[in-house]
Amino acid sequence: MQSTTENDLECIEIKKHFGSVRAVDDVSFDIPKGSFFSILGPSGCGKTTLMRMIAGFEQPNSGDIRIKGKSVIGTPPNRRNVKMVFQHLALFPMMNVYENIAYGLRCAGASKDVIRTKVHDVLARISLPDVANREISQLSGGQKQRIAIARCMVLDPDVLLLDEPLGALDLKLREAMKIELKLLQHQFDTTFVYITHDQSEALVMSDHVAIMDKGKFVQIGTPQELYHKPKAAFVAGFVGDTNRWAGRVTRVEDGAVEVETEAGLTMRGSVRGAGAPSVGDAVHVFVRPEFIKAEKSGADAQKIDAGHNVIEGKIDSILFNGANSRVLVRGRAGELIEADVVLTGGTEDLKPKDDVTLSWSAEQTMSFKV
Amino acid sequence: MMQKDIKRLSLYLLFAPFAMWITLLIILPHLGMFYISMREKVAPRVYEFGFDNYINFFNEPIYWNTLLRTGSMSLLVTVLALLLGFPIAYYIAKIAGNRTRGALFLMCLIPLWVSDLIRAFGWILLLRETGIISSSLQWAGLINTPIEFLYNDATVIVGLVYTVILFMIVPLVSTLDGMDDAMIEAGYNLGGNGPTVLRRIIIPYAMPGIVSGCIVVFMLTAGSYLTPILLGGKNSSWFTEQIYDQFITRYNWESGAAFGFVLLAFTSLVIWIGLKLSGQTLNSTVARS
Repeated sequence: MQSTTENDLECIEIKKHFGSVRAVDDVSFDIPKGSFFSILGPSGCGKTTLMRMIAGFEQPNSGDIRIKGKSVIGTPPNRRNVKMVFQHLALFPMMNVYENIAYGLRCAGASKDVIRTKVHDVLARISLPDVANREISQLSGGQKQRIAIARCMVLDPDVLLLDEPLGALDLKLREAMKIELKLLQHQFDTTFVYITHDQSEALVMSDHVAIMDKGKFVQIGTPQELYHKPKAAFVAGFVGDTNRWAGRVTRVEDGAVEVETEAGLTMRGSVRGAGAPSVGDAVHVFVRPEFIKAEKSGADAQKIDAGHNVIEGKIDSILFNGANSRVLVRGRAGELIEADVVLTGGTEDLKPKDDVTLSWSAEQTMSFKV
Repeated sequence: MMQKDIKRLSLYLLFAPFAMWITLLIILPHLGMFYISMREKVAPRVYEFGFDNYINFFNEPIYWNTLLRTGSMSLLVTVLALLLGFPIAYYIAKIAGNRTRGALFLMCLIPLWVSDLIRAFGWILLLRETGIISSSLQWAGLINTPIEFLYNDATVIVGLVYTVILFMIVPLVSTLDGMDDAMIEAGYNLGGNGPTVLRRIIIPYAMPGIVSGCIVVFMLTAGSYLTPILLGGKNSSWFTEQIYDQFITRYNWESGAAFGFVLLAFTSLVIWIGLKLSGQTLNSTVARS
């Protein structure tokens, strides 16, 4: 058990059910010291219950939670060195910023001088040195966010839990806070456990991400692994944007399959996930829009590699979003396919009603046995 | 132009009932009472203008002693109502489920459907010498002779707490209801134990509700008449009884009116001190709930 000391947080076979509902079902993971770990899942997948168990507000029905190698089952929330940033922050409105941050230190019985130095120190570290005497209602959304983090970090926790704290912010601020959170995590060098249903938050900030669905962890990995090497259809569909088809296998040859979708498209794909499909099996096929190349038909058709899937279609509409622009192409079979394109604003740009050739490699056609 | 006039007219019409209520039932009677309280009776049907009625009040110890007694007992009732009401309100607002919450609130309200008088007689039925409590204690062999539970201060206080506690519970429930549960959890999460969370987070948050409940309860208690008279009998020495005596028994309206204003000034002063001590304002408490 030498390695256990390296991990700030370990969860071992945690189970929690409410009546007949299994909120968290046999979840195990460990988080190494100083890393940013996200738990990503749709709402109702049990991620909040899991976090509340780590914080001590719920007790697991079975399993063990260890912080710095020590089991905390039976330890009340106020004795665990795990601090939490709540979804709506839960700053105390009847106290000013200074008192909010000092609250935890007071509970721990720190002396007045220690409290003053620590509070001003942590305010300097979150680059808000002058707000100590402000009321909570006088702060902006981003400032409140940082105060909520400072209020936890001043207590020097082993693990900081964050429960979708960016959900209430507007888009621009959310983007800025993502970067800021990552920087703060580096600066404090503390283990962050971040709960979210927003995959871009999880991908941008995390060292490791766990994908949770129906109370279970489907896959744990780095953001790149989850994006490029999903182990299950749920992961492929949930992380990142993707085209998705349901179909049947028509041919199998070592590692590759030929699939006919319900709409009648035929494409070759690589087998991912557990279980090797055989002919006739139902499969889900995922292709990410950025791997699909859309070109005007007839132009440079010869350039397309031999192993590629090729589909002719007509542009249905253009979804302009700067660098992330996309076209919706209606194929011959009538289905819509999304593909990323570069729109420069020039005359060569794709336009609605243009005939286009879509092509993508079989390697990027991820096929999961149902 | 027309549109504007109609708008103004509807505004006046909406405001009219309130204005009438305030002027006819509050301002005019008080002005009249104040006028009466300033009249000194020098001979039958001969009056002079002056503060004699007020000076009489301070010269007669029995009067201001009664007022102080009423004030301190009302404060005690207020504190007891708060101590009893806070856990009830906390249970209703934070612990009970959504369905039980409505039922519990209703149960608090039901006693109000019966008139004050009937409820006071209910207490008399229970507490008098031949009442239910006394006779059942005798039956159980705990006491030998019947005991009179009525006509003492403790009974008056119990009866008053029972009458006013609802007015404490309602504002408390509404403030505690507005408190995010996460705030209590944050209190624990940051290292506070139960008493700390109660003292540093729940009570400060509920302060507006506490103060507004206390103001209403104190006002109601100090101005109550029925419960102290019926449960306390002639020795209850409640200040409203003095006022009643001046008006009805002694037919001395001048002095009764002056007593009325003394009571108003006294309760206002107590509330002002209470607000100063708790650092709240009328705006942040009564006006909010």
